[in-house]
Amino acid sequence: MTGATSGAATSPAAIRLTDIHKSFGPVQANRGAALEVARGEIHALVGENGAGKSTLMRVLSGMYAPEQGRMEVEGRDVTGWSTADAIDAGVGMVHQHFMLVPTLTVAENVMLGRELTSGLQLDRTRAERDVTELSRTTGLAVHADRRVADLSVGEAQRVEILKTLYRGARMLILDEPTAVLSPPEIEELWQVLRGIRARGETIVLITHKLDEVMEISDTITVMRHGRTVDRLKTANTTPAEIAKAMVGRDVQLAMNYLAEDRGETQSEAQPTAAAVTGPLLDVHDLVVLDSRKLTAVNGVSFRVNAGEILGIAGVEGNGQTELLEALAGLRAARSGSVRLGKRELTTLDVKARGDAGLSHIPEDRHARGLILDYSIAENLILGQQHRFTRGVRIDQEHVAENAVRQIREFDIRPPDPRQAARALSGGNQQKIVIAREMSRAFQVLLAAQPTRGVDVGAIEFIHARLRDARDAGKAILLVSADLAEILALSDRVGVMYGGKLVAVLPRAQANEEILGPYMTGAATEPAA
Amino acid sequence: MTSATETQTTPPPQTTTNVLRTDGSARWAALEEAVLPGIVGLLVAAIVGDFLILSFGQSPGTVYRLLFEGTWGNAYGFGQVLYKTTTLTFTGLAVAVGLRAGLFNIGAESQLAAGGFMAAVVGLALPPGLPSLLTLPVYLVAAALGGGIVGGIPGILKAKFGAHEVITTIMLNFIVLALLNYIVAEHLKVPGSLHTSEIHGGGLPRLSNYIGGFHGSAANVVIFIALAVALATGWFLFRTRRGFELRAVGLQPEAAEYGGVNVGSVWWRAMALSGAIAGLGGLNFVLGYKLYYEDAFASGAGFLGIAVAIVGRNHPLGVVLAALVFATISQGGLAVNAVVPKQMVDVLQAVVIIAVAASVPEVRRMLRRGAR
Repeated sequence: MTGATSGAATSPAAIRLTDIHKSFGPVQANRGAALEVARGEIHALVGENGAGKSTLMRVLSGMYAPEQGRMEVEGRDVTGWSTADAIDAGVGMVHQHFMLVPTLTVAENVMLGRELTSGLQLDRTRAERDVTELSRTTGLAVHADRRVADLSVGEAQRVEILKTLYRGARMLILDEPTAVLSPPEIEELWQVLRGIRARGETIVLITHKLDEVMEISDTITVMRHGRTVDRLKTANTTPAEIAKAMVGRDVQLAMNYLAEDRGETQSEAQPTAAAVTGPLLDVHDLVVLDSRKLTAVNGVSFRVNAGEILGIAGVEGNGQTELLEALAGLRAARSGSVRLGKRELTTLDVKARGDAGLSHIPEDRHARGLILDYSIAENLILGQQHRFTRGVRIDQEHVAENAVRQIREFDIRPPDPRQAARALSGGNQQKIVIAREMSRAFQVLLAAQPTRGVDVGAIEFIHARLRDARDAGKAILLVSADLAEILALSDRVGVMYGGKLVAVLPRAQANEEILGPYMTGAATEPAA
Repeated sequence: MTSATETQTTPPPQTTTNVLRTDGSARWAALEEAVLPGIVGLLVAAIVGDFLILSFGQSPGTVYRLLFEGTWGNAYGFGQVLYKTTTLTFTGLAVAVGLRAGLFNIGAESQLAAGGFMAAVVGLALPPGLPSLLTLPVYLVAAALGGGIVGGIPGILKAKFGAHEVITTIMLNFIVLALLNYIVAEHLKVPGSLHTSEIHGGGLPRLSNYIGGFHGSAANVVIFIALAVALATGWFLFRTRRGFELRAVGLQPEAAEYGGVNVGSVWWRAMALSGAIAGLGGLNFVLGYKLYYEDAFASGAGFLGIAVAIVGRNHPLGVVLAALVFATISQGGLAVNAVVPKQMVDVLQAVVIIAVAASVPEVRRMLRRGAR
């Protein structure tokens, strides 16, 4: 199956996993997964959502014990070791969801579990010095004395990596590290990873994004349905070949849109009916406060026409979250107005806005979009429970029939309506949200990070559904940290910076070079 | 619509129309999850009990036989177990409803008392001779209202001002119990006692009216009301829209809010419902047993309801079974009092609670992982 590498056996591989099996109840997450990583390389572990990548890496880092299979690290048999063993042996994992204590400082978080003390007291000064030193040598720029709660996601991730290195990790596992980063932050991360590799350390990178794989990795392992299906040398392969191995057939890659645009291919999908029907979503001079009562959205006005996708780009934390919450009715607007067609939404609650024709794919599916302990079927009616009620009862037959239909149409796996959403992979969880929000009757769709943490095949599918909705005359507000996604889908592109909409450009006039300065605040004059 | 990610290996979607109705194995798994911790808890308690009994120089066999004979071994003892089960079912359900909504109701004690008090006051005011078919609904409403108001106040305080329900329900326990004590002692008591005079309209029938063996025990038909309330609670939580929303708020308030649920309104409704269920428990003593309200008539039953809810995993069926277990242990304490101190039974109760808390699935999963 794998292991088809140079059998010279000079030094043992840094990591060698063979025939790993791990299941959760009826779900077989790994059934014959394998991985071999040489010392000092950056190895990309790719696969669709639910392919079992994260599970395999959790097995490696000692969080799960495999039911079958063999694990070797630096030639030593470590099958079924504990997380403590793994840390001692220098295997460190940086999780997709950060595991930091928000109220502690960067230095305190980094030393947590290995506290430096002088006498009975914590030695904060030395911790901060150590962290600053490590930060300098690795290029992971952080302020050791700042509270984690005040950091941006990019900074928080750097702290996670620092923490892992501080514990002496020589084999670093990164689970989709770029999902929350802006393009410049991603570039910085690559620099850091190359630096770590140069020191002879080993990196395993879990990712969906093939452009990242091509850019940063030396070798690639492809997983599908819990098995390892291919092992490639990056220099000898192409994104198309990887994608084919991941999905099991040819796919059209989302990032091709970017390439096409660079090659002068004009997006021909111009809103035709829009000018006639007028704006469906009309936001005027909206001001919204964040949870700390600071102005997060500062006088934003825009319109989204029927049959149009307005993409809002920007580094996260520039007011996009608060803007969407205010539009959805989850956060009160301080001033300004929101209209859907002729209907004034500003004072309506979430349910009334939904009834008025607003649909919402929230940015955080774990906190808002799903109730993780509810079944797939129950999650598929969340927010529409009134539609599925007869008298005071939930109409079980109706719920079940809806679930079976959505699961089939959106290929949610495993296709078991009773399965708790918690047991699904991130991509399949997102498909539940997409299925639910796109199958209700709506005129305006708020789509926030619709493909975050979702695999290539599903991205293609979700993008196609968004275009279909646009072509069917819906108005779509797309907010994404992924600039390629914004450029691939939008008819007009806006940029948010510091709570303001600093630019709105027709798609034809927007590209990475033009939008970049707006995203970083270097250019601010609002365009027409 | 063809799915873009379809592959040959895609398993065919299940085509059953009844996917929410759990099949045999799923139902068994759910039952196991609800019942198994309780069984484990009992086993552990029995083992700990052995050592305790030995430490008093008694034979465990003798003591357990006494315990069994005094509870399930004769009709009177079993009647007493059923009587205690009834009150604990109400308070356990009350706490469970709160926990399902993410609220920790520590106030079942005073809600129970308020429900019993209201029923007694209404009973004193009703003219004698009315058919019980007419008075029963009045009593039900009175008891539910008494408990519901005491439970609803912390709910409203939380929804409007964010006051934590643990603090407010504890404080209301003191206020309400002291207030009831004052009213009874100053205005309603029969001289020389701390209870009201008897309700002339008559109460609800005891089980001994139908089964002679129960003679002398306090078991009465309120147990059927308890079972009906347990069924209704299960139906409400798992079959109705409001139940769907209540559990959503309990699991993930932010997601519920996103789903168009008014979280504050669910909070106060859930607390009022929780209080009302606890209040109904007052009928067991007031209408089923003594026919009057007595100060501190159910001391401890409200707090024990917390243990019942936790051991019963917040599931109505589990709550009923847990109530039966705790009632048995409590009645058994009286039966073995002659050979070992009654406090031993309190220790056993605590062991059950700890063992169950340690055998909830999340913890078991961790242990299993560690064992590998």
